[in-house]
Amino acid sequence: MRALRAYLRSPPALFGSAILFAVLFMAVTAQWFYPNDPLGLAGRPLQWPGANPRFPLGTDPSGRDIAAQLFHGARVSLLIGVVATAIAVLIGIAMGAVAGFYGGGVDTGLMRVTEAFQTLPNFLLLLVLVAVFGSSIETVTIAIGLVSWPPVARLTRAEFLTLRTREFVQACRVQGLPDAHLILREVLPNALPPVIVYASVVMAVAILLESALAFLQLSDPNVPSWGNLIGLGRNVLRTEWYVSAIPGVAILLTILGVSLVGQGLNDALNPRLASGR
Amino acid sequence: MRRLEVEGLSIRLPRGADREFAIQDVSLHLDSGEILCVVGESGSGKSVTASAVMGLLAPGLSVAGGAMRLSGEDLRAKSPEEWRRLRGRRIAMVFQEPMTALNPLMSVGAQLSEMWRVHLGLDRREAEARALAGLREVKLPDPEGALRAFPHELSGGQRQRVMIAMALALEPEVLICDEPTTALDVTTQAQVLALIKDLQRRHGTAVMFITHDFGVVAEIADRVAVMQHGRVVEQGAARDILTRPEHPYTRALLAAVPGASAPAPRPLSPDAVLEVRGLSKTYATRGLFRRRRPVRALDGVSVTLRRGATLAVVGESGSGKSTLARCVVGLLGADGGEIVIGGAPLPRRRREAARLVQMVFQDPYASLNPRRRAGAQVAQGPIAAGTPPGKAMEEARRLFGLVGLDPEAVSRFPHEFSGGQRQRIGIARALAMQPQVLVADEPVSALDVSVQAQVLALLRDLQARLGLSILFITHDLRVAAQLCDEVAVMRDGAVVETGRIGEVFAAPKHPYTRSLIEAIPGRALLGA
Repeated sequence: MRALRAYLRSPPALFGSAILFAVLFMAVTAQWFYPNDPLGLAGRPLQWPGANPRFPLGTDPSGRDIAAQLFHGARVSLLIGVVATAIAVLIGIAMGAVAGFYGGGVDTGLMRVTEAFQTLPNFLLLLVLVAVFGSSIETVTIAIGLVSWPPVARLTRAEFLTLRTREFVQACRVQGLPDAHLILREVLPNALPPVIVYASVVMAVAILLESALAFLQLSDPNVPSWGNLIGLGRNVLRTEWYVSAIPGVAILLTILGVSLVGQGLNDALNPRLASGR
Repeated sequence: MRRLEVEGLSIRLPRGADREFAIQDVSLHLDSGEILCVVGESGSGKSVTASAVMGLLAPGLSVAGGAMRLSGEDLRAKSPEEWRRLRGRRIAMVFQEPMTALNPLMSVGAQLSEMWRVHLGLDRREAEARALAGLREVKLPDPEGALRAFPHELSGGQRQRVMIAMALALEPEVLICDEPTTALDVTTQAQVLALIKDLQRRHGTAVMFITHDFGVVAEIADRVAVMQHGRVVEQGAARDILTRPEHPYTRALLAAVPGASAPAPRPLSPDAVLEVRGLSKTYATRGLFRRRRPVRALDGVSVTLRRGATLAVVGESGSGKSTLARCVVGLLGADGGEIVIGGAPLPRRRREAARLVQMVFQDPYASLNPRRRAGAQVAQGPIAAGTPPGKAMEEARRLFGLVGLDPEAVSRFPHEFSGGQRQRIGIARALAMQPQVLVADEPVSALDVSVQAQVLALLRDLQARLGLSILFITHDLRVAAQLCDEVAVMRDGAVVETGRIGEVFAAPKHPYTRSLIEAIPGRALLGA
C-alpha cells in the first residue's frame, strides 16, 4: 500500500499511466468503435486527416481507415510488447539468478551462452529467426522475446552476485533454508527493482522491433499493427507523410508511457525511499 | 588563545526529518593547545557540528542561527571561495575511514605534496621533501617507501597516519578529528591516539575530537562536551566530567561503558558442547596474472566451549576470528581439522546443522531482509524444518516477547526498527531454531554504548534462563569481560592464549594478550 501511495504521488508516473491507460482503452474499445475489419477497404485511398468526416485520421494508400488500424493496432502492439517482455524477463531472470547465485562453473557456462546471444546484433538475429520460422504474429512475438533476454540476465546476475553475500542471505543459510527459498524469497525480491525498470525498456524495444520488422514488411501482414501501417506509408513518405507519422507518434507516446511507468515503479518499490518521502 | 568559538549555533534539518534542528543552541570554544572531545551517540549532532565548522554542511542542512568564529574571524560571513582557501590551511580534518578519504589511484606522496603545491604554490621537489618530513613526523615505518605507495598498500593505521600528516601539513590552527580511530584495532588505536596527542603538544594545535567512546575521551581529552539530541548537555574539564558527571545522560553513558574487569567466575559444566580441533583454512586469492600469496586465516585452531558457558574469541582484524565463526556455523568449509557439536561432527547438510548451531550477525542493518516482515524471518527457519506455519508464527511472537520486543511487531518491516531492536530480532531468529550453540559474531560492535549494554544484558539474561552456550566473537576486550566465562585470544589465525577470563585479564601470559589489554583506551581513568 505504501508503494502504491508513493507511486500515486509521482506526477511523471501518473502521466505515464495515463498514456498507457489511453492505449489500453484504444485496444479494448477497438471492436466497439470500429467493428469492421480494419484491413478491409473503407474508402478512397490517401485522404488527408480531416478531409473526410468519415475518416478523422485519413486513409492509407490502400484506402483503409487509419483510425481503425490505430485502434486495432494498439491491441497488437501491446500484446507483442507484453508477451515478448514476459518471455525475455522470465528467461533472463532464470539465467541470471542461477548464474549469479551459484557462481563458479555454472556462472561461466551460462554467461558464455548469454554472450553468444549478445554478440549477435539482436535485430539481425530476429531477422534470421523470422526468416526460418515464418512471420506469423506468434513466431514474431516469441522471436522478439528470444533476442531480448541477455541484458536482463546480465543485470539479474550482477544483482545476485552482490546480494548473495549479504548477511541476511547468510542468516537464512544458517537457518537451514533450501537454495530455492534463498533465490526466490530472499535474493530475488531485492534484485527485482532494477529488473522491473529494465523490463520497461525491453517492452519499449519489443514494440520498436516489431515496428522495424513490419517496416521491412517482414512482420505478419494479416494483423493491423502500427509497424505495418508505418511500412505502408513508406512509399508515400514525402507527400502523404501522415500515414507513417500518425502510428509513429502512437509508438513514441506508448514507449514514453512505458518508460515513465517503469521509472515510477522503481521509485515506489523501494520501501526505504518510499518511507523517507 | 581562543581559536574556535561556536556560539548558540542552530542547524535546521530538511522538512520531514524526525526533528526540526540537527543541533540547537550549541556553544563550544576551543583554545590553542587543547583537545576538546565532543562525545555523543549516533544522532546526537556531533558530526553535524564538525561539518558546520568546516563549512561542509550536507545538502538540505542550513544554519538557522548563532555564530562561528575562527581566531575572532566570523566564519558565517565567508563566501564558498574563502571557505575553500580556509580549509586545509587553517582548519583541517581527519575522517573516520582513511581508505575512502584517500584517492586510491594517487600515490601517497602525490596526495600529500598536493597540499603544499595547491595552497602554497611550492614546486614539486620542495613539496615532496616536505611530504617526506611529514611522514617521518607521524612515525610511519619506511617513510620513503610510503611516499611511493598507493593507499591500498598501507594498513589502516598507516593510512590514518598519512591522513594526519596531510591534515597537519600546513600547520592549521584547528584540527577536527571525526572518530579517527573507530575503524582501527585497539593496539593501532592506542598508537594513533598517542600520536595525535604528541603532535598536538608540539604544534600547539587546537584539536576538536569527535568520538562516541568514553575510553578514548579518558585517554586524550583536556575538556569534554557531551551532546544529546543536538544539544550540549554538559561540558567541562575531562577529569571532572569523567569522575563527577552531573547530567543524568552523561552518567548513563559512563555507566554503560563496560569495565575491563571480569565478574566473579561461576562454576562451569565439565562437558563440552562444541569442540574445534586443529581447524585450518587457507584463502588462495587468485590475481589476474599472478597467484598471490595464500592467506592462512586459520592455522590449527583448537577451542572448547562448555555447555551453558560463554567463550570469547578475541582478536584484532585479520586474526581469523570471523573465519572461525563462519566455519563453526557451516558457512565456510574448513580445509582441515574437525568441528564437533554435542559429540557428533558438524553435519554438512544445512538443514541438520541449523538445529545444532545458529548465528547472530554483526550488522543489524544488513542481516535482515528489508523486504520481508520481521516475524516471517524469525519463523522461516522452523517452518523449513517442518513446524506448521501457524505454530511457528506463534513461537515467533513468544520469542519477540522474550527478547524484549512487542509481540505484535512481528508484522512490521525491518526499517521500522532501531539498530538495537534489529539486533534483538537477529537473536530471536537464532533462538527460534533452539540450537545447542549460539555463535555471536561481533553482535554489539555496530551499536551505541547504551544500546550495547542493553543487548549484552539481554544475552546474559537469556543465557541464565535458557542455558545457552555462546561462542562470542569480539575485538573489544571490555565487551568480552562483561559477558564471557572463558577467553581464547587469536592472532594471525592461531590461538595464543586461553583460560578463564578473569585470570587471563589479571595475569596475561602471552605478550600479545598483554599488549591488547594495555591498549584498552581509558583504563587508567575509568578503572581497569
